Amino acid sequence: MTWNDLKTALSSEGYVASDDLAVALQLALSLGRPLLLEGAAGVGKTEIARTLAAVRDTRLIRLQCYEGLDAAQAIYEWNYQRQLLTIRAAAEDGETGRIVEDRIFSRDFLLERPLLAAITQDQPPVLLIDEIDRADEEFEAFLLEILSDFQITVPELGTIEAVTQPIVILTSNGTRDLSDALRRRCLYTYVAYPDRTTELAILKARCPEVEAHLADQIVGFVQKLREEELEKTPGIAEMLDFAAALMGLGIADLTENPAVLQSTLTTLLKTQSDQACITREVAGRIAGRAA
Amino acid sequence: MSRVTKFAARDPGPAARVAGFVAHLRENGLRLGVAEADLAMAALAQVNAIHPDEARRVFRAVCTGCKEEAERFDALFDSYWMDMGRVRQKVVPTLSSSASDDVQSSRDAKGEDAGASGRATTPDDMGGEVDGHGTGKLIATKHRNLSRRDLRDLVRPEEIAEAEEVARRLGAALRDRRSRQRIAARRGDSVHFRKTIRQSLATGGEPLRVLRKKRPDRARKIVALCDVSGSMSVYAQVFLAFLAGLMRSDTAADAYLFHTRLVRITEALRDKDAMRAIGRMSLMADGFGGGSKIGPSLQRFADTYAKRFVDGRSVVLILSDGYDTAEPARIAEALAKLRKRGCKVIWLNPLKGWTDYAPVAAGMAAALPFLDLFQPANTLADLAELEQELVRL
Repeated sequence: MTWNDLKTALSSEGYVASDDLAVALQLALSLGRPLLLEGAAGVGKTEIARTLAAVRDTRLIRLQCYEGLDAAQAIYEWNYQRQLLTIRAAAEDGETGRIVEDRIFSRDFLLERPLLAAITQDQPPVLLIDEIDRADEEFEAFLLEILSDFQITVPELGTIEAVTQPIVILTSNGTRDLSDALRRRCLYTYVAYPDRTTELAILKARCPEVEAHLADQIVGFVQKLREEELEKTPGIAEMLDFAAALMGLGIADLTENPAVLQSTLTTLLKTQSDQACITREVAGRIAGRAA
Repeated sequence: MSRVTKFAARDPGPAARVAGFVAHLRENGLRLGVAEADLAMAALAQVNAIHPDEARRVFRAVCTGCKEEAERFDALFDSYWMDMGRVRQKVVPTLSSSASDDVQSSRDAKGEDAGASGRATTPDDMGGEVDGHGTGKLIATKHRNLSRRDLRDLVRPEEIAEAEEVARRLGAALRDRRSRQRIAARRGDSVHFRKTIRQSLATGGEPLRVLRKKRPDRARKIVALCDVSGSMSVYAQVFLAFLAGLMRSDTAADAYLFHTRLVRITEALRDKDAMRAIGRMSLMADGFGGGSKIGPSLQRFADTYAKRFVDGRSVVLILSDGYDTAEPARIAEALAKLRKRGCKVIWLNPLKGWTDYAPVAAGMAAALPFLDLFQPANTLADLAELEQELVRL
């Protein structure tokens, strides 16, 4: 499968990828390297993993990172309750300690968390490690080990080797700098906001019922809006919401009714100060320029 | 600044050229190892490598690691591969390219890491040109306009080592505030025995729910903003050494310089070689010793970097004398915005050490209501004494 085929396959699932992204994905697949995606919120970093899983017809295993994420949440945990009940039951049956101990520290009592689940699938899944920059640095170091060896060591049980190697996609919003070691291990692509033609293609793929003229206006409007000084720049998901809102209200032309346009801006502008700075006049002007 | 290309037509084969390219990238500040050359070769085999665009995409995915590197990559790629095999060709940086690595061309558009390229090991000429860079000089000073001055003249390696120690202690005072107590936590590192047993009463003495506890973690992240305008140049030596030391001792810290604009120097200062780090920083600090626009610089910080790097755990350390050429209201506005992010703001003013000093400079007066701590600092010793104050913060 060349990267062009991959790109076509992705777009048939409704994801319009740039050439850079398609090549990087193709390399990640063929070389078995993790792919690190960076970019502003709302440019479709998470969506790519979902689409890739759909294209390859495999499971998507998602690990959402957050501050304080630890091994028990990410890799495995013992099922304490079940262990306790088993000990109690064994005591009544008169089993000796050694046998019980072996039994309660077996795979049956291990709760799989995303990372362990990802390496024990029969068919290689897509492992999405979302917002890795939110996790602590300690966790990042831990992740490095798993990403390079694809094996997990459980002290009581021994080393669990990967059955298949998952396709790993990491995303980052850049809330902190990632370590060089992690960056080196991964292929890297910076996902920017799409240009006008790409965004138009995305809109057509996702909302085919939008008329060409209106679609052109919507994309132009959002592109112009991104150039304004906003606290939170609208992403692709917001653009699609905006399109859906306009469709729902049955609007055929952005410039025809400024009041309605202003009321639909709630789908694009997500902070109070942004809403205050894009007034009805400003919105009208942007719509006029975009048309 | 010169970019050197080494792609020789006489190179034996693709492997040698790829290795040469990786070396070329490494020389220009990208952190690549031997494994990357290997990986790049493997990756090239996956695509139609004869096509320059495909090769470019492959190399971009393999060799870059962050946004700044990705932006600079095209220029580096062109300079190596698109030169018809000329050897040791000096490339004059073109001002047109958006990803230019030239410091002057990168004024406001992308201040941050743009200057990291070039050869930081080659000193600039020490002429200290007195050309018109220093806009808005603000106080009557006999100090030359140090525009483009090599900061390595100012800082000695021993000082960095000393500053490193001070920075480490300050960092410890700010961050290591874990109490000996452990508190109940949903995801703690150890079992909260007392609570577990108490809860087990409900289930007939069987501890079904294991409750946990942990140490309350109170790590703090230091974000330092250093004023390097003309009025501050006498103190620059101390502060720059401090910044260098801070970055070397604390991996989470973040550093910026500002005069009439703001530059992020975190990446440059992380260079393993302390003096080379200072060299890289001086490449970025174009306009050093010129005028100061504290308000606009802080505002720019609050609007851009702060959104990514400042949160409730951060301590923003501003090293400045408060002499601003822009209107003071902008300082207040910027600091108010910063405070909203939940961080602590500390202002270290070298002038405050003077007897009879009063914060009458309009900028300083405007800033005062927003500060958690306002302290003098002239020397490394002063900075070291801050430790006590910071513990109480």
